[in-house]
Formats: sequence, C-alpha cells, structure tokens
Amino acid sequence: MMKRYDLIIVGAGPSGLSAAIEAAKRGLSVIVFDENEKPGGQLFKQIHKFFGSKEHKAKIRGFKIGQELLEEADRAGVRVELNATVIGMYQEKEISVQMKEEIRHYKGDTIIIATGAAENMVTFDGWTLPGVIGAGAAQTLMNLHGVKPGQKIIMLGSGNVGLVVSFQLMQSGCEVVGLVDAAPKIGGYGVHAAKLARCGVPFYLSHTIIKAEGQDYVTGVVICEVDSSFKPILGTEKHIDADTICMAVGLSPMSQLLKMAGCEMEDNPKRGGQVPIIDEYGETSIPGVYAVGDVSGIEEASSAMIEGRMAGVCAADFLGFRNDKEEALTKLKKDLDVLRQGMFAPGNRGKVLKTTEEGFPVSYNLLQKGYIADGEVENYPGVTRKNGIHPVIECSQNIPCNPCQDACSKKCIKIGEKITSLPAINEEAECSGCGMCVASCSGQAIFLVNESYEEGYATVTLPYEFLPLPPKGERGFALDRSGKNCCKAEIVDVRLIAAFDQTVLLTMKVPVDMAMTARFFKANEKEGLFI
Amino acid sequence: MNRIKEHPILGVYEKSKTVKFIFDGKEMEGYEGEPIAVALKAAGVMIHRYTKKEHKPRGIFCAIGRCTDCVMIVDGRPNVRTCITPLTDGMKIQTQYGVSAKEGTV
Repeated sequence: MMKRYDLIIVGAGPSGLSAAIEAAKRGLSVIVFDENEKPGGQLFKQIHKFFGSKEHKAKIRGFKIGQELLEEADRAGVRVELNATVIGMYQEKEISVQMKEEIRHYKGDTIIIATGAAENMVTFDGWTLPGVIGAGAAQTLMNLHGVKPGQKIIMLGSGNVGLVVSFQLMQSGCEVVGLVDAAPKIGGYGVHAAKLARCGVPFYLSHTIIKAEGQDYVTGVVICEVDSSFKPILGTEKHIDADTICMAVGLSPMSQLLKMAGCEMEDNPKRGGQVPIIDEYGETSIPGVYAVGDVSGIEEASSAMIEGRMAGVCAADFLGFRNDKEEALTKLKKDLDVLRQGMFAPGNRGKVLKTTEEGFPVSYNLLQKGYIADGEVENYPGVTRKNGIHPVIECSQNIPCNPCQDACSKKCIKIGEKITSLPAINEEAECSGCGMCVASCSGQAIFLVNESYEEGYATVTLPYEFLPLPPKGERGFALDRSGKNCCKAEIVDVRLIAAFDQTVLLTMKVPVDMAMTARFFKANEKEGLFI
Repeated sequence: MNRIKEHPILGVYEKSKTVKFIFDGKEMEGYEGEPIAVALKAAGVMIHRYTKKEHKPRGIFCAIGRCTDCVMIVDGRPNVRTCITPLTDGMKIQTQYGVSAKEGTV
C-alpha cells in the first residue's frame, strides 16, 4: 500500500531541512528523503564563517549551522529517511523511492523538491585522469574525512567555490600552486581572493587548462592564455607541477524530478540551467509542488535556508494548517531580499561595475590579481590612520555582511542600516584592541594596526587559520598583500579565545613604514613549518 | 601521509577503529565505516579502474556517488561506488577492468 504524508521533501540539505522544520512546527506530517548516508547536504563540508547578518547566522561556520539545523529538525520532530533515492515523481504527487534493493511508493499532499545541484565540468586533454577532481570532492575528502586531496593542487575557477576551497586546501596542509580562470576577472568575493593572494597563491586570469599531464595519474598541468572570446592563444603554454587539478566551474540544478512530474521548466543561464518556473515563494506550475535551494536556481546556503522555510510555510497554508502565512513570509522575504543585494546580487551578474554603491572606485588590482594595491587601499572608508591601535578594514566590495559592526563594543565600525555598505571607521571612537572585529570578519579582511607600538616599529594583528601556529617570539617575514616577502617580522602576541571561534589573532612586529603593507606572517624556513 | 593529523578548524578527526582490508592482494589499513575511496586515497592508491574499450585509468572524481568514476570490485561484486560505500573489516577490493576483475585474480 502507498504511504501518504502531508508533505514529502526530497533532499535533506539546508533548504530541505529548513522547509521540513517550518512544516513540522505547523503540525504537518513530514518525511524527508535523502540519498546520502547523512543529512545536511553540503553544509558539513563548509568550514568557513558565513556572510550576512545575525538573521542569516553570519560569522558562524557552515558545519555549525548544519549542526544547529539538525538539532532544530530533531526538536520539530522531522523524520529523515537516509540512503533513500527518489527515482521518480509522477502526477498526483506520487513518488518512487529506492531504499537498498527495494522500491517503495509514497504520496504527498504537497511536495518540496530540494535536490540541490551537481558540479559542472570542463574538458581538456587528460581530464579523465585520476587526480582531476571536482572542488566538492576536495571538500568531501579533507573536511569530512580528513584526507588530503593531493599535495600540489591547481584550482580551475575563481568563483566563491574555487576561492573558498583553495583556502580550505591550504588549511589542510596542501599547496595551492595556482588559480586559473578563463574570465579576465575574479568571479568571487575580493576578500576571499585576498586571503589567497597574501599567502602567495598566483592567479592566472584569462587563462585556461589545456592539458593534464601524466600516464596513470596527474603529474602536471599545462595552462595557456585565452583571448577575449576564450580561445587559447598559441605559444603562451606554460607548464606547472601539480598532482591534482580541482575544478570549480559552476553548478547545475538537479531538476530532473520536477521535469518528470510535468512542472513547467525554462533554460535560464542566470539561474544555472534547467530550472522550474516558480513564484516568489518557490511554488512551481503544479499547485502544492515547490522547488527550493539550488534546484530552483544556483545561489548559496544562506538563501537556500530561507527559501526552504518559505516553502514550508506555504505548504502548511496550502493544506489549511496554521494561518500565519502573511506574517511568516513577510519576515522571511525581507531576510532573503537583503541577501540578494550588493555587487554580487543575481541582478548584477555579468555587469561591469566601476564604483561601489557609495561611489568609491572599484579596485581592478583586486579583480585581476587578487589583492588591493598599496596605493588603492586608503581609498576605502574602513582604512584610516591614527595613533595607537585601530582597525583597518580592507573591505572594498558591497557584500551583504555586517558582523564587524556588531562585534565592536566601542562602536568604532559603522555600516548602518544598509548591510551592503562598506564598513567605515568612526574616528571619534577609541579602539580597545580586543580583536573581536578581526575574528568576526568572514572575509578575514580586518587587521589591527598600531603604528606607535615602539620607536621605529608597528604591530599588525591578523587573522590566522593555519597550523602549526607560530609561538610568541617566533621570527620570520611579513608578506604583503601580493604574498611577497616585504620585511622581517616577529610574533609578539598569539590570541585565541572561544569568541574568536578558531580564528587565531597573530600580532607581528614590523618596521613602522610597513604597517600598511605587511599583511601575513611566514616563519623562517624550518622543518614542518611551511605556511 | 595523506591523512591530516590536525586541522586548524576541525581539530583532530573523529575516527572509528582501524580495520584491515585487501586491495589487489595487498593488505592495507583504514578506518571502519569511512568510504572505501578515502581509505585507498589515504594509502596513496590513485587508480580505481580501467575503462573497457580504451583501458584508460579512472579514480575519484566527484566523491559523492554521482559520477561512478570510482567504481571497483568489492567482495566480488563489480561497479561498487567506493566513494559512498563504507569500509568494513576484511573487505576484498579489486581494481576493475571494464566491468570485471583482471583475469586470473578472482
């Protein structure tokens, strides 16, 4: 006999679980199917701090958001069926689910599809060799299972996935030998690129991979320049030693079930490919069938969770459960709209922006090389100079994110009502040097600078998420924003408190004229200390 | 050498007990319940199978059970997705040639 539920959800990732929570709280009988062994989708592979505001769980690391979501789902009484692959969806909201060797059928009075997305690939000579992997595979291996994907890795794709995964590879102890993108500018957030650049990772923009070298597995890679129509330019080939090629070249919605069920679809490159036509709350052309998260258009986990909650509320309303739709949706809609603002908003995709919302010039160095040039950095309102310790905020793009403002109890940092605004320094306020802003910045773009530390010397305090930690008294070099060795440096303080959430604050002493240049620390070469 | 000893954010990975398995006749060690592909990767194994027509090597590609590039022969059964199949004690894992084991090794 076919089992019936008020709501069937396919996919136990961030959006599916969020939908399940809202529906279960409203009294619906809900079941979530997921083909994986564990729930949470890709959230447990995300070890960086998320962007956004408090409402979006900003500055909390992805895997912790995943834990919170699972606990909330548990409290709401959500039932998740794992190792259960939904293989078909038919008229009248019926589905077939494969569990081990058995196929079972279910009927939902409403259905929410939250199947997420699959990684895109690009092909080149040798792309099928062992050692060519997806960026998701790299995250799975290192962040879930504690195994390095390789030793020397080249990343293809400079969107946020490529940038974030490159940084995670370095945190796992791998060497990232380069980041390649056919586009002439970096696709993801500048602050993510800057974290890599100051560690010395080279960016090869307007480049592509033309060959993976090796017989049995990858032993190297050949890259070359591309022209403005992305065609390789002969004679520009360059060999790089690498054992792993990691691809982060976008995602495609896994929308097959929706298509199969007869939902109206469209091919929309701005949303990532074949997507269902949906209203603002995720309802498809079939009443009572919703699509949320990446399957409804590629975005990120924070917006996926809100979309899920909205669809959960709508499904409850559709079936005549609790009548709080208007109120619940107004709040969620507002949270979602905030995330879809700024330079990287869906509406700005493909546009060339010359200035920020405030009219500050965009840094082309940041877009083309991964770092803001020395002369440019003081263009931005977060970068000021004064006596004594004070924050220097190298945030130059309008991104919906404001934890730094809340982090400062002395009110040194001002973003205001519009959370995409660049943080500005309030010159009246007195910095206590507590470092909360440094640790709260998901983009690791805040430094504490003290140009009057001692005669001839300044200190620079920077966020540090690598091992081994250099101890106090360690001597080495400071690296500038481009990753070049710029002067000698000595660690004078190492701070980690619970509120920093694993972001260590290193304070290094540098010659005073390097205070606005030195942005990373590298210990003197010795065994086991390579960062 | 591929295992991360300590991670700056995740600390020390929680692993279950060590188990032994046989890869192409060679005894190896991994952690019980982790994906077979992870245990092989940790041991430095790159090639999981060779394609049927052109005998080209394949290894881990998506690591989430989607692409089927990493399939191998596990306890005599071919086409097992090693990236999502948990390792158990005494498992026998073989490189897959086309859809079968190398002749004479079964």
